[in-house]
Amino acid sequence: MSLAFWKAFSQNRGALIGFVIFTGVVLLALFAGVFYPDSPWDMVTAPFQPPLADDAFLGSDMLGRDIAAGIAHGARVSLLIGLVSSLGALLIGVTLGALAGFYGGWVDDVIMRFTELFQTIPNFVLAVMIVAIFTPSIGSLVFAIAVVSWPPLARLTRGEFMSLRTREFVLAAVTTGQSTSAIIFREILPNSLSPIIVAASLTVATAILLESALSFLGLGDPNMMSWGYMIGASRTVIRQAWWMSFFPGVAILLTVLAINLVGEGLNDALNPRLARKGRA
Amino acid sequence: MVKVAVFLGHRLVKIALIMLAIVIINFSLIRMAPGDPAIVMAGEAGASDEQYVEQLRERFGLNDPLPQQLASYVLQVAQGDLGYSYRQRRPVADIVLERLPATLLLTGIAFIFALAMGVLLGSLAAMKAGRWADTVITTFSLLSYATPIFWVGLMLILLFSVQLGWLPAFGYASIGGGFQGLKHVADVAAHLVLPVLTLGLFYMAVYARLTRSSVLEVYDMDFVKTARAKGISESRVMYFHVLRNASLPVLTFAGIQAGHLIGGSILVETVFAWPGIGRLAFDALLQRDYQVLLGVFIITSLMVLTFNIITDLLYSVIDPRIEVA
Repeated sequence: MSLAFWKAFSQNRGALIGFVIFTGVVLLALFAGVFYPDSPWDMVTAPFQPPLADDAFLGSDMLGRDIAAGIAHGARVSLLIGLVSSLGALLIGVTLGALAGFYGGWVDDVIMRFTELFQTIPNFVLAVMIVAIFTPSIGSLVFAIAVVSWPPLARLTRGEFMSLRTREFVLAAVTTGQSTSAIIFREILPNSLSPIIVAASLTVATAILLESALSFLGLGDPNMMSWGYMIGASRTVIRQAWWMSFFPGVAILLTVLAINLVGEGLNDALNPRLARKGRA
Repeated sequence: MVKVAVFLGHRLVKIALIMLAIVIINFSLIRMAPGDPAIVMAGEAGASDEQYVEQLRERFGLNDPLPQQLASYVLQVAQGDLGYSYRQRRPVADIVLERLPATLLLTGIAFIFALAMGVLLGSLAAMKAGRWADTVITTFSLLSYATPIFWVGLMLILLFSVQLGWLPAFGYASIGGGFQGLKHVADVAAHLVLPVLTLGLFYMAVYARLTRSSVLEVYDMDFVKTARAKGISESRVMYFHVLRNASLPVLTFAGIQAGHLIGGSILVETVFAWPGIGRLAFDALLQRDYQVLLGVFIITSLMVLTFNIITDLLYSVIDPRIEVA
């Protein structure tokens, strides 16, 4: 990461704000056990305590659990699942996209039909089905989210590989007899990294949203407190207790917004020529 | 007309292939599920003695080799048989089709709302690029990218039903209302407002952003300058020259996102107790009724494919230079 990159990134106000919020969420997740050493599932106060109560400043839920403790511990689940499933999606997407873009021809055809299939399938429905059938757990959530999130990454990587494949430096590597894996990993991949990094950061954001939606439907890991679960569990009492679903939602909103802002900042800083042009 | 027929023919072949792949995914999901499917089915039916399980195994051909099982499953789905729900003691196809109209109504209206408002706001933002309206629309779309859709629904309920008491929060029509004719329509429409807003707001933001950038791009093109130079009124230039061209990328994107919209309707229907397939999927989840879930997956996939055909046809209506192919 060069000096120019940091300069460009830090001049982007949105990206800086996003970075600060995101750092806050990461710290909250890391130190959840310090702030709230007890399990977030424990009953710590009277049920239905409104915010600013003595022993729970964001209020308590139907079972007297502290909302703030739930949010702190939920940050761990959101970040963990968001990061790991994005890594999974990255692995599938970059591998398939690289193969399709590098080899072209029938390999490309087969892989792109496969990608199209996964883009056509209503992916939330597929994710729900996978988690339901394999029973909810961290593992099945990560698997389901990775399975539905890779197609955009594959298309992007394919495009990058296709355009770099015919560039002189790659042709030179071919002529000097470098092995295929060396060409892919040492020549093409490093040069296509910056758009992939940007897309991956946005994948983390959508993965967190997906996780919250799945656990809202009751498909979260039953042993881990998560923001989506908190909203889903308290939505039936929303008439009496708005705070139970309000605060976890704000937590999701801020985290995802922060990651999106950082992603846009990365995009502008890594691809300065493309910045602010033709982007929807 | 012949071209359209050929196009539809090609598309039907493609749909058949995609559906085949989806059915295979379905099949492998059932097979990969932990536990013996016969025991799972027996559990769903509420019985589990050894004899009954063996009977189920025999009946569903679970003792046959896998390829044969797959073939018979594909054949079964091709004939419109989506399996049997032991929970509800009815064929899955009947259960799902019964819920389909409510979902079509919700997603259809939400989509039209999102598209109309999105294109309108997007072109407004483009015409006032860099001014406050533009900033508001850009910020709004940034926020809606980051907000979980189910939470938006809950917050709208909190505001419009609980606090203000303007709109009903749950269901399809007032329970025990017994309205007839126009009153019934008005009742359903009132129940539709919040779910449509919830589902539509996100896509409205997406389409607004897309329209904005694509209008800005078309605005500078030579044919627009020519049109202006000919003395055509500004609104005519906007409608007939700019928007017509600028709406193509929006439509492409709308087609790609169809699956996303239908996935979102599961969450929205769950929040608003809207009696469509999304709510059905949620109930099936609670009851572990996997047969129904698989049926929902097949039907929603079909919906997406149909939707894609419609957007492709619309494409050639908007831009006659693009032939259906």
